[in-house]
Amino acid sequence: MSKLLNANGIHKSYPMGQTKLKVLKGLSLSIEKGEFVAIIGSSGSGKSTLLHILGALDKCDKGMVEFKGRDIETYSGAEFNRFRNLKVGFVFQFYHLLDELTMLENVLLPTMARAGTFGWISARKPAKKRGIELLDRMGLADRIKHKPYQLSGGERQRVAIARALMNDPELLLADEPTGNLDSATGVGILEALEAFNKQGQTIVMVTHDDRIAARADRTVRLADGKIVK
Amino acid sequence: MYKVILPARYLFKRRIAILAILAVALCVFMVVVVMTVMRGLLQDFREKNHNFFGDCIVSSQSLVGFTYYEDFIKQLEEQDFVEAVSPVINAVGIMSMPGSDLNDAKTLTGIDPARHIKVTNFAETLHYRKSDPQKAFVPTYDPEKVGCVPGIDMVYLRNSSGGYSHGLEPMPIELKISCFPLTARGNLLNSGMGSPVNTKNFFYSDDSHSGIVKIDSNTVYLPFGRLQSLCGMGGKNPRASAIHIKFAKGFPVTNGTAKVTSLWKVFAKKYETQAATSSEQTYATLMDNVVVESWKGYRRSAIAPMEKEQAMMTLIFGMLGIITVFIILVVFYMMISSRSKDIGILKSVGISTTSVVGIFIVFAGFIGCIGTAIGMSAGCAMLVRINSIEDWLFDKYNWQLWDRSIYAIGDIPNKIEWQMLTIIGTCAVVACLVGAIIPSYQAARREIADTLRVDQL
Repeated sequence: MSKLLNANGIHKSYPMGQTKLKVLKGLSLSIEKGEFVAIIGSSGSGKSTLLHILGALDKCDKGMVEFKGRDIETYSGAEFNRFRNLKVGFVFQFYHLLDELTMLENVLLPTMARAGTFGWISARKPAKKRGIELLDRMGLADRIKHKPYQLSGGERQRVAIARALMNDPELLLADEPTGNLDSATGVGILEALEAFNKQGQTIVMVTHDDRIAARADRTVRLADGKIVK
Repeated sequence: MYKVILPARYLFKRRIAILAILAVALCVFMVVVVMTVMRGLLQDFREKNHNFFGDCIVSSQSLVGFTYYEDFIKQLEEQDFVEAVSPVINAVGIMSMPGSDLNDAKTLTGIDPARHIKVTNFAETLHYRKSDPQKAFVPTYDPEKVGCVPGIDMVYLRNSSGGYSHGLEPMPIELKISCFPLTARGNLLNSGMGSPVNTKNFFYSDDSHSGIVKIDSNTVYLPFGRLQSLCGMGGKNPRASAIHIKFAKGFPVTNGTAKVTSLWKVFAKKYETQAATSSEQTYATLMDNVVVESWKGYRRSAIAPMEKEQAMMTLIFGMLGIITVFIILVVFYMMISSRSKDIGILKSVGISTTSVVGIFIVFAGFIGCIGTAIGMSAGCAMLVRINSIEDWLFDKYNWQLWDRSIYAIGDIPNKIEWQMLTIIGTCAVVACLVGAIIPSYQAARREIADTLRVDQL
């Protein structure tokens, strides 16, 4: 397996009144291609912060994140956007779907962003086909025209996974994907992630639940801003 | 594509967007109605002045007037850019009515109706002699008598609908007009030889309704020759106060005025150099007081306050425009603040800051266009019916926007000018875009992780 992502000496702190709250304290992590890694830690241990930094949704104060050997700090603004659009897919604990769009439109959003207004004319048909296929795989073929508020939490999270995979990213980052769901629904989501991983999808998942983390290939434990295991 | 879909969905899903549309519509409605009416009033006033005074006026700034006016008129009539010319006497006199206490200082204007109607719309201002304006000074009840045409507000009281109640024939009213005749040097003509005042009786033959309040309430028109002799301006070297000129159709007033100015300079110079005797030198000196002006320049003291008023209105509406921008800014700030999660989602899938700003700019454009369309439609509908609405209000509640017994306006001006609508519409849409740019840009620049944090939701 080749190295896909490498984080080295990551520091991150947040201002808290007069002082700074140090969340990550020189953390290092490496992700191989095709791996399913679970990052586990208690609430406030910096799991989500780490995931945001790995996915270029946030910046670290110190340290370096390399994606396929290149420091993402050297990316230009447009390269950052391309990275978020094509290289990584994000699944959030609270799904983060746009309420005004239908399920299919939410799934198509990354491709719309990639194609632009005029490019969408030619990209629309194949994108729609892939979007419907993904929703079908997630068991939501009959819900494509529904709005987020018409779906259950589990269904929304499946849509969020479909959206994250729409542009076929090399890395899928999932931030507590089952954290807001009951255990049965959570298991369904995990099964879906496992299925994608079996097809070669690299997944990094954050969770605070040891049982969920156990389903990953590798578990990384986070405590006091550092990796302990 | 999301740049169109998302703003369109925001538009119909958010109540605040509807409120923003209404705010824009109200502003546009107000500006369209008030600016159209104000502009119409000013244009109407300008037109009335233009029609009533002709295109260009050669006038003396002295009550004495100037000589050789007929020579200059002849010269003007030879010019192909001149359509018609009319000499005019302007004087001040006392008007009294025999057998009554009426005694008032009035502006006296001496005209030759046959010539004056070719230069101005004097004929249209008459009531009884409208179809035969050359006989304006011939009373219908006694053609042998010498008539006069007072301004309508001197004869009748305007009613609440802005009209006057004329009888079938003019009333046989006798008016006594007294003037102080002046010599060419500006002295009283009869000083030391009896009364310095010339008095003549005239009979009300018609009235003039120019629509210019100051003229309709203060001017009495008299036959040119009669007023000339009353003012001591007749005789061997007759004088006139002004020459009113109408240019050929389509000839620009500015160009015509410039041409008349240069003609006058040459004309005056000729008489100045030819003047040999002392009296000829006096007549030549009178020409120094003569100025050539376009109708607008001649009437600037009357038009300027209205133009100033319109400039003030434009300024006020400019400020209203700034307030609109501020309202839109506040509305957008509120809307965008509540959409910060959406901004985070959009940026997390790789949409750039510029594109996020673009979404809100398109949204602002939708609000601006829809608000403008509603405001303009409502404004135009209001303008089309403004007079019937006012009539209804007057019938039902006895209320008028402008009391017609006080203000000399007929219908409320409601001519819709597409050029003005285009400017207002463009400004409204631009105001919306300007109002949206700052909050959109500020929100779009926020860190993604900050906008997606759970406590921000």
